[in-house]
Amino acid sequence: MHHVDPNVDVNLKINNIPVTVKGGTTIVEAASKVGIKIPTLCHHPDLPVRATCRICVVEVKGQKRFKTACNTMVEEGNEIYTNTKAVREARKTILELILADHPMDCLKCIRNTNCELQDLANEYNIKEIPFTPTAEVLPIEANNPSIVRDMSKCIKCGRCVEACQAVQDVYAINTANRSHEFTITTAYGKDLSESTCTYCGQCIAVCPVGALYEKDDTGRVWEALDNKELHVVVQTAPAIRVALGEAFGMDPGSVTTGKMVAALRRLGFDKVFDTNFTADLTIIEEGNELLQRITEGGTLPMMTSCSPGWINYIEKFYPELLPNVSSCKSPQQMFGALAKTFYAEKSGISAANIFSVSIMPCTAKKYECTRPEMNSSGYQDVDVVLTTRELARMIEEAGINFNNLAEEEYDAPFGLSSGAAVIFGASGGVMEAALRTVYEVVTGEVLQDVEFTAVRGYTGIREAEVDLAGTKVRIAVTSSLKNAKTLMEQIKKGESNYHFIEIMACPGGCIGGGGQPFRATAAIKANRAAGVYEIDSSQELRQSHKNPSITEIYEQFLEKPLGHKSHELLHTHYTPRKI
Amino acid sequence: MCKQLTEKDVCEIIASHQASKEKLLSILLDIQDASGQNCIVEEWARVVSAELDLPLTKIYDVITFYEMLSEKPRGKNIIEICKSTPCHFIKGVNIVNIFEEELCIKMGETTPDNLFTLQYTSCVGACDIAPVAKIGDEVYGNLSKDKIVDIIKSYREAAICQK
Amino acid sequence: MSKIKQVLSVNFGKIQPDSVEEYVKAGGYEALKKAFSMEPVAIINEVKAAKLLGRGGAAYPAGSKWEQLYEIQEFPKYIVCNADEGEPGTFKDKMLLEKDPLRVIEGMTIAGKVFNSHEGYIYIRGEYRKIQKVFQSALDNAEKAGYLGNNILGTDFSFKIHIMTGAGAYVCGENSALLNSTEGKVGRPRIKPPHLAEVGLFLMPTLVNNVESFANVPTIVLVGGDEYLSYGTPDSGGTKLVCLSGHAANRGVYEVPFGVTLRDIIFDEEIGGGVANGGKLKFYHLGGQSGPIGFPEQLDTAYCCKVMRNNGLSVGSGAVVVLDESVCIIDYLKSVTEFFIHESCGKCVPCREGNTQLQFILDKFSKGTATEADFALMKKLSTTMAKASFCGLGQAATTALDSCLKYRKAEFEAHLNKQCPAGVCFTNEEGGE
Repeated sequence: MHHVDPNVDVNLKINNIPVTVKGGTTIVEAASKVGIKIPTLCHHPDLPVRATCRICVVEVKGQKRFKTACNTMVEEGNEIYTNTKAVREARKTILELILADHPMDCLKCIRNTNCELQDLANEYNIKEIPFTPTAEVLPIEANNPSIVRDMSKCIKCGRCVEACQAVQDVYAINTANRSHEFTITTAYGKDLSESTCTYCGQCIAVCPVGALYEKDDTGRVWEALDNKELHVVVQTAPAIRVALGEAFGMDPGSVTTGKMVAALRRLGFDKVFDTNFTADLTIIEEGNELLQRITEGGTLPMMTSCSPGWINYIEKFYPELLPNVSSCKSPQQMFGALAKTFYAEKSGISAANIFSVSIMPCTAKKYECTRPEMNSSGYQDVDVVLTTRELARMIEEAGINFNNLAEEEYDAPFGLSSGAAVIFGASGGVMEAALRTVYEVVTGEVLQDVEFTAVRGYTGIREAEVDLAGTKVRIAVTSSLKNAKTLMEQIKKGESNYHFIEIMACPGGCIGGGGQPFRATAAIKANRAAGVYEIDSSQELRQSHKNPSITEIYEQFLEKPLGHKSHELLHTHYTPRKI
Repeated sequence: MCKQLTEKDVCEIIASHQASKEKLLSILLDIQDASGQNCIVEEWARVVSAELDLPLTKIYDVITFYEMLSEKPRGKNIIEICKSTPCHFIKGVNIVNIFEEELCIKMGETTPDNLFTLQYTSCVGACDIAPVAKIGDEVYGNLSKDKIVDIIKSYREAAICQK
Repeated sequence: MSKIKQVLSVNFGKIQPDSVEEYVKAGGYEALKKAFSMEPVAIINEVKAAKLLGRGGAAYPAGSKWEQLYEIQEFPKYIVCNADEGEPGTFKDKMLLEKDPLRVIEGMTIAGKVFNSHEGYIYIRGEYRKIQKVFQSALDNAEKAGYLGNNILGTDFSFKIHIMTGAGAYVCGENSALLNSTEGKVGRPRIKPPHLAEVGLFLMPTLVNNVESFANVPTIVLVGGDEYLSYGTPDSGGTKLVCLSGHAANRGVYEVPFGVTLRDIIFDEEIGGGVANGGKLKFYHLGGQSGPIGFPEQLDTAYCCKVMRNNGLSVGSGAVVVLDESVCIIDYLKSVTEFFIHESCGKCVPCREGNTQLQFILDKFSKGTATEADFALMKKLSTTMAKASFCGLGQAATTALDSCLKYRKAEFEAHLNKQCPAGVCFTNEEGGE
């Protein structure tokens, strides 16, 4: 019988190299300890193991058949061989079988040079495919603002299914059919727009090939930039600056704010603004909304509204809890509304001639900006949303040497922001930012330590209690929709005693968004989060209410938090959309 | 045509299986039998999804995975012809051709009156009386042209009587 | 001397299948009574001594399986009967379910007692929906008579059996796929480990045995393991239901003791009766589509799990599909491959893509467009599928091909030169031979 004790040492040999690991270690993990790489394809370290592509087969002495290294745990005395003729031949055959069913139009594929299948074909020296080509040309599904599905490129590894089900508990897509018709699909093959899909894009983030990608809007942005009539402004979300560098070979978590600003100017944007400014604004509005709900007996717990994947989720799955969601628009949409009102007025440019672009780590943001209610300026407030990946592609296409750019500063009036704003990019950041402000507003005292580390992190549901001048405020923070579901069920059952809950649709928050550079893992996301906190801690200004630009905009334009103008421009409503 | 299946009928079928998730196959088979179209359309799958608290995509996976279930409308009677080797290599009679000729349809098609759909099946466990065809839960063996003609006739007559 | 030995099939056609009264009159439920007076370990020891090898096809020793489950101290435990008889050419479980269901029920109930399990499931393939009704009636009658349900035989032991239906999927015969399907899910196989004994139905410890395996249990309890073993060979205890089909003169289910020869099974007048219509035996397919193919020169092999395996053959499910000389081996393998293409669950690459590609290569042989290189490709593909597929379906899909490549390579080579010894291929082509 097979028992796995993580406290017991297991001694084995891999390719005759002795190695000692803890019980419960897989062959892939044990091999990497001694510098042996075993190829994987359907396996992703953050997802449940499927063991279906079979590319990771190895020989285990005494076993008639190969073992898959991704899921097989090492046992005492194992003698494992990863590089025998039999293993190499089987892997190559498996790869050839996959490729025989793949269109192999790599040059025009979105994942060209960044494709896990292409990498393997290269590593295994594939020169010709001995099998009959079976790849079918299937229609590309792009009937929604966010996600494109090109199933002719799908290798049926199922990672997207795990992301949609095991991570997000959304079940918009699943396997269906069998044998060669085996596929990944929505129910009854409907468009994603008619499914439970929240456009979070986590399926894209884990796809090893070019079967899933964001709806490419770079063409529309180029067109706007080339149009002399238009004044093109851009905003950048907090999580972009710590991930964009990956697309140019930098280490995950590298802070590239200044280079990014410079690159955007070189692309031709007339003004480069920061979403962080409206993140600070969100804190003022949302903080006041929370206090109002607590003091005036409003619906509690109040829940954050920055994450459009999360908003899509609650509208589809828990519409009865929509009154709990803060009426604050997301920072992106607050920015959009202000760009075509306040900024238009201030700069004397007609809103009709302002083209507003936002760079987001997110595919759901592409949908958010098309919501019919997001037109407080009288126009679509945000015209186009680009993901981090799309921005990287534009920078490449423009021939900008990103790594060598000198750092530049954001433009006024939406350029100044606090450290509280940048941490919006990581799970727990909105909560921490809110506490930094609410505490001082309520108690009138100066907060000695602005860091609320209890709410930071990647996994599970984090909770804390904060004493606000005698009122104990209970808070919870989580990311991923599966965790959100747990909290929603608590509320439905009347078992939730929180006042304020922060929810981000993507694991880890926006640093792990569906629009971020490919090949992210939990470890890479942790680096990105570290980058965000590094920016925060290096800043003098770390509280939203202390941002002088925020004070100014209330004085010049908005008048007061939750006031009439705020209500018009910065707040929104939601629509039940039970599927 | 059978009477139109209603949401109430579907709920009754589900209730007859105690709305139990593990009885999903029985529930789907029963809905399909009652559908008059030998299939489970999205509308009914959604009812099952809601009643059993199962994601719709899981139900769709089940429907498309199992040979006996269909997401697309089929004829009232499914004629399934075994194509596994013990039947396939029986000499002297090509039952597929005979069925196709008698019904004036090709494999995989449905007759214009929606009475029959012709399809292949894997072994139905009646190899001792090969070649066989299965219609509904009934298996017909040792098939010859005359037998096939009689079988089709009996189903046509039964359909007329029902009308 | 007759080669037939009736142990399991003794009641076939002699009693009303769902009648407890007639079953008891024929000696039924004596084993259950005896089992109630025995220690569970003693029963397991009898099953071990009997050398009862799993009758579904894998021939795994039932005694070991029972012992493993017994050692696990986690409850509830479930008893599951695999009645998803899907191997083409196999219809012996159908006979048991249809003609003597109470024997299967008694066997499952004894297992329930051994493992102190209160819940049994029998997963019957959807194609046998009619038989499900007979079986349900037998269950109801057994419960009414106090042999099933609450307080069996007046004791405090209770055991219920639920029928679960399949809906057309060969792969559900694989035990982990079967458990998924029993739970109402898609029948794609699970990752192992964990083994089903530890994490089985509803993630609890589970015993999964085939219909015929369970049907043997009452006899083993009644006559004792040693006596039962003596019916067969020292390695394969008892008898086996074999299913003759294809071009066999006498198609049907026959019960033989292990140790008779393949020649006995195919040619004995009381059994297969030779090839129908005076045909000449070309080959026979053993144990279903996943089994090996045997040739006339192997007919004297003893029908015993170990001897068969040592000779590259297999008892498997008990299917014996007899084919005469009118059949082309390539044509036959295409039909086998088509079956696996149809039944592959689709999730793993070697099985999903491998079977599809294998068919393309076989097709080239039947069209005369194959080359020498296709042998190497076929061999490489077959090895990859056998050694790297996720489950038994993909692993066994090329077993028949391997037999033919080993013993009848000449017939493939003939096809390279557009020669089909059976005269099946190249006949429809314009200007063909």
